[in-house]
Amino acid sequence: MNFYFFASPATFFRLAGATAPLLFVAALLSGLAGLYLGLFVAPTDAQQGEVYRVIFIHVPAAWMSMFIYVVMAFWAGLGFAFNTRLSGMMAAALAPTGALFTFIALWTGALWGRPTWGTYWVWGDARLMSELILLFLYFGFMALHASIEDPRRADRAAALLALVGVVNIPIIYYSVKWWNTLHQGASVSLSAAPKMAATMLSGMLVMALAFWMYSVAAAMLRVRGIIRERGS
Amino acid sequence: MSEFLQMGGYAWYVWGSYGVTFACLALEILLLVKRETKN
Repeated sequence: MNFYFFASPATFFRLAGATAPLLFVAALLSGLAGLYLGLFVAPTDAQQGEVYRVIFIHVPAAWMSMFIYVVMAFWAGLGFAFNTRLSGMMAAALAPTGALFTFIALWTGALWGRPTWGTYWVWGDARLMSELILLFLYFGFMALHASIEDPRRADRAAALLALVGVVNIPIIYYSVKWWNTLHQGASVSLSAAPKMAATMLSGMLVMALAFWMYSVAAAMLRVRGIIRERGS
Repeated sequence: MSEFLQMGGYAWYVWGSYGVTFACLALEILLLVKRETKN
């Protein structure tokens, strides 16, 4: 068995079917652990009180919204460059889950913004707008893909959109540095000491792990549907 | 328990976030499983 064995949709179909249930269970267990840490172990925030607990959903969801886009664009670009069938299918399988986490990041951000900033939404705020554009990029990818009947051509056209849209990811990430925004800076930095209590940080990281495994599981299940429906 | 549910007066913001998130994830799983078992 070589590296390219699983590049065949037929073999990947079985691999995806075997891994998806395991990943869903692992995501559920780590999600419960993350909820326990976030809702019961982590202390009340000195400034914000209990409302800060939105962070355990908001930050992991926002990470996933950006991470899934990069992975989607990677597969899309790979398929565009090498014309590999499975790559385009993977990109198409990731888009709805990425859009879902983008919506969750925006929704929880709005609910967190109301009590802390006094408003659910600010038009023109750099972080909020760039994340909203990310949602539109996912929608654009899915709509463009759905509008072209031949799936291989749909993969190629949508891949271009995905690749152009990657430019938005660093814009989202650095928006809080480059522009004035209501949004606070990065919660976690690799180059600085943690700014929050260890239990808060661990709750957030465990939730991020749960969302990550959930996303892989969802993409695996969806790619099976795509492989089956394309009849390959 | 009721103190926990009140979330220091922020119940709508906290549970609105958690509720919608897990409802969305559950719905996605439901749709995926439905697609999986269709054929």
